[in-house]
Amino acid sequence: MFVSYKWLQDYIDLSGVTAAELAEKITKSGIEVEGVEILNEGIKGVVVGHVLEREQHPNADKLSKCLVDVGEEQPVQIICGAPNVAQGQKVAVAKAGAVLPGNFKIKRAKLRGEESNGMICSLTELGMEGKVVPKEYSEGIFVFPADAEVGVDALGLLNRDDEVLELGLTPNRADCLSMLGVAYEVAAILGREVKLPEISLEPVAEKASDYVKITVEAKKDNPLYVAKMIKNVKIGPAPLWMQTRLMSAGIRPHNNVVDITNYILLEYGQPLHAFDYDRLGSKEILVRRAADGEKFVTLDDVERTLTPDHLVITNGTEPVALAGVMGGANSEVTSDTTTVLLESAYFSGAAVRKASKDHGLRSEASARFEKGVDPNRVRAAGERAAYLMAKYAGGEVLEGAAEADTLTVEPAVVSITLEKINRVLGTELVMKDVKEIFDRLQFAVSIEEDTITVTAPTRRGDIKIEEDLLEEVARLYGYDNIPKTLPIGSSTPGRLSDYQKKRREVRQYLEGAGLYQAVTYSLTSEEKATQFALEKGDTIRLAMPMSEERSILRLSIMPQLLEVLKYNSARQNDSLAVYETGAVFLSNGDESLPVEREHLAAAVTGLWHSHSWQGEKKAVDFFVVKGIVEGMFAKLGLMDRVDYVQAQLDGMHPGRTAEIRLNGEKIGFVGQVHPSIQKELDLKDTYVFELSLKAVLEAEAPVLQYETIPRFPSITRDIALVVNRETVSGTLWEIIVNEGAPLLKEAEVFDLYEGDKIEAGKKSIAFSLKYADPVRTLTDDEVTKVHGRVLNALQEKTGAVLRG
Amino acid sequence: MQERLKELQEEAIQKIEQSASLKELNDIRVAYLGKKGPITEVLRGMGKLSAEERPVMGALANEVREAIAVKIEAKQKGLEEAAVLEKLATERIDVTLPGRPVKVGNHHPLTRIIEEIEDLFIGMGYQVAEGPEVEQDYYNFEALNLPKGHPARDMQDSFYITEEILLRTHTSPVQARTMEKHEGKGPIKIICPGKVYRRDNDDATHSHQFMQIEGLVVGENIRMSDLKGTLEVFAKKMFGDDREIRLRPSFFPFTEPSVEMDISCKICGGKGCSVCKQTGWIEILGAGMVHPNVLEMAGYDSKKYTGFAFGMGPERIAMLKYGVDDIRHFYTNDVRFLKQFSVEE
Repeated sequence: MFVSYKWLQDYIDLSGVTAAELAEKITKSGIEVEGVEILNEGIKGVVVGHVLEREQHPNADKLSKCLVDVGEEQPVQIICGAPNVAQGQKVAVAKAGAVLPGNFKIKRAKLRGEESNGMICSLTELGMEGKVVPKEYSEGIFVFPADAEVGVDALGLLNRDDEVLELGLTPNRADCLSMLGVAYEVAAILGREVKLPEISLEPVAEKASDYVKITVEAKKDNPLYVAKMIKNVKIGPAPLWMQTRLMSAGIRPHNNVVDITNYILLEYGQPLHAFDYDRLGSKEILVRRAADGEKFVTLDDVERTLTPDHLVITNGTEPVALAGVMGGANSEVTSDTTTVLLESAYFSGAAVRKASKDHGLRSEASARFEKGVDPNRVRAAGERAAYLMAKYAGGEVLEGAAEADTLTVEPAVVSITLEKINRVLGTELVMKDVKEIFDRLQFAVSIEEDTITVTAPTRRGDIKIEEDLLEEVARLYGYDNIPKTLPIGSSTPGRLSDYQKKRREVRQYLEGAGLYQAVTYSLTSEEKATQFALEKGDTIRLAMPMSEERSILRLSIMPQLLEVLKYNSARQNDSLAVYETGAVFLSNGDESLPVEREHLAAAVTGLWHSHSWQGEKKAVDFFVVKGIVEGMFAKLGLMDRVDYVQAQLDGMHPGRTAEIRLNGEKIGFVGQVHPSIQKELDLKDTYVFELSLKAVLEAEAPVLQYETIPRFPSITRDIALVVNRETVSGTLWEIIVNEGAPLLKEAEVFDLYEGDKIEAGKKSIAFSLKYADPVRTLTDDEVTKVHGRVLNALQEKTGAVLRG
Repeated sequence: MQERLKELQEEAIQKIEQSASLKELNDIRVAYLGKKGPITEVLRGMGKLSAEERPVMGALANEVREAIAVKIEAKQKGLEEAAVLEKLATERIDVTLPGRPVKVGNHHPLTRIIEEIEDLFIGMGYQVAEGPEVEQDYYNFEALNLPKGHPARDMQDSFYITEEILLRTHTSPVQARTMEKHEGKGPIKIICPGKVYRRDNDDATHSHQFMQIEGLVVGENIRMSDLKGTLEVFAKKMFGDDREIRLRPSFFPFTEPSVEMDISCKICGGKGCSVCKQTGWIEILGAGMVHPNVLEMAGYDSKKYTGFAFGMGPERIAMLKYGVDDIRHFYTNDVRFLKQFSVEE
């Protein structure tokens, strides 16, 4: 809502309060003023001029040479390029030395050899938006009424010596979608009176109800329909002050009748519609729901197909307006109109919202109906418009109105105790303070002991419950005046859950290991949603996606993480390590919420280590990334519960991928991205892992228990085993650990050999085995016995022989 | 004989002084003090001396030996020191060359902001509550006083999956769920961070996915003044003691009275600039007293219990705090962007 500071003074005395101060006060008491526009800012030296002569420029087809009286001793010559400039016009002249918006300085100049001492201005050149300029002036200069006084400040005449407050209204404050509503709000803030607009009708001795009969079928959505009749109107421009007020509020002037309906919309917040009575083709107005498929051409000349959801105004048979949204081309006011049927009605928000949405027609009128108009202003708005049509369109207002009224208006009556106000706000107000606030709001109050009962006026439809009163008190008392305290009462322990704490540790660990945290989108494409998914299942698709690219909830983080690598790689960062933690979504059927599982994914590409001046360079490999995973499990105390099993997974290198198992359950994978995908994304060798972070963080960690530090020396035996190439070290390790217990404390691979110094199809793996006993020194014999057992088991189970 | 010994001593000392290496020095030691050396040679001739002269000469010979030995030792120490120095000199390195890099990553800026806010409120006795990102319409809207047909819950604004299931549009459903779990009893003090989704076209200031962090306190005597005090503590810690805060009345369906909080603009210090749109203030969060309908729907007696809630956008805070100019940076994950958030403040 744009509020003209000058116009507002029609309804309330603003003396002593500048526009900027007013904006600050309004903001502080509940309605955010998003900006204050000074309309004539940066403009000076523009006066009203009289075009005394106009002739064709001798050297330019499209220019005119004008002699203009600008109120000085001598008229001046001005070259003008506007097509509509003509002799006798009163126009806005930027004299030599004037400044126009954008610091555009007007100077004396020669245009195609002819002297020009200024510029005749269009409204856009004076800083007005093109969309509010009346159509007849949109391609050229603006022409003032003939009685405009030559030499006066043109901006003043255009009401540009004004400031406009832009209110950012929240949905509960639809009452401020009108100048009157704003006046009431300002009155409450300043403690001043509201002056209501003038209505003084002298109706002619004919009854409106003799001209038209109103019938409403859809009573629920249209409980009140009032039609005023105005005869003998003369269509022409509205008075300049009215046009300029409309323009300042963002509405383009058309003609006096239409402008008056818009003016009342702004003044009362009540949308009106003017029909050309003679074009209605009947003496009847019937409000009903449209038939399914019924066609109707709105006044923007678009044919609309209607449904029973849409409320229409008809002439008894044919629609003549889409209720509350837009009139019809068939009954629009034109320059020939003489008799106006002026509609002032109450339409339900739901009905108007549906129609305006279905047809993409959002207007000043529909916005107000949607948010709810004041039922008690419907008649007054019609009366005031009729009065203005008599005054400014020469019309004769008929007596009374034709009506259909089933509306019952019951103002809200709400009570609250002083105790509650102070208890919830933390204030120490007394009843006098509270009463004064409601008095300023012009809400009727009655007080009984500690209880104040408030009758809210119908313009404030948002007042319904105690808390609404609480809010009125709080905002007008001033949020600044409410004390600052901290909650008292029983305290709560502030802490992270174990899960959250461990998640932070994992992040910290990964970052310490060199990975950057990324955050990507949960929504992805069909193709990417299931790529790399740990569990295949139905995908979850949005009912109305904005694009295919963001239509499905992800089952894996990996595709997006690879996108991150691709993005960076294309920008000269082809060595990079990133990770992300976030939910993946598994369908659980249409009826229930999906299973959301927090995953951890990481991707490392290019060089893992490089120290250029020392000539060190090492590309990432499987064991770098596996090492990161192992370190994380070690950190969480889960190292012993995790297995890595060779696996084949979609999108992954068939020979370089392992499934990660925790307590025997598959929870993730680690490995190299399939070379074909690497190629597709233009990535260097890329190793990744993704796992269910939820499974990891929820796994029970071992209880931390001190273990005696060995005081006795350990005995180390190294063995090199020759085994089949297919035999994996994990199998050997497991046998060693199982057979060696309890004296075997550690077993570690220290060498791997595959090559021509060994039998084809075989490889050699060397382990270092460490034996110890915490309470005594082991003898060589004891160790040899156990060690022998380990070797036997290895041979029996895997055919491993000691390398000679 | 005596003269010969003196001669030898002088000769040896001269050689020692002239020697330039440990080897040379050792050769001198062997030459003069060894069994075949000239001093031994001299002593062998002692037999020819008288009984009176012999001990005198013996003592003198020993003196000479001692003097030579001491000199050798001193020289040796000096030579060794010189050798060490020489070796160290050759070991000199260019200390300005870069060190071996240790790889370190860092938090995403949004995580950084969220953890900072979490920690701040944990310090004030809050717990961190989380909930599903795909929500029931009930928890996302209805339980928050946004009944069906409410204009603020337009299908156009939310990502629905079915009529009843959608991607949450705010983290408030976590509040509704937490209250429901508490079965009408207090106190509750939680902070709820998480991802939320809205049907917006991605541009410099809009993102279809973004973060939110909300707080909720419910108890028997929670006052609006408590909200004000809490927000002030938060704002001062988060943005600095020198920032002013301002509360303005506002409207949200789930709170009443509702509040919007502004902080004074850091760029212009409150004078007005393009960042704060000439107002001197920057909007930072929305808050309010929990609407009685919300309390009642979650099973609380709104006559007895009151509460306050507040919510803010980590992206917006990060943008203001670090001067980030485009919200899409947070989701593009350009490493040149991510890297900038490694420094501990």
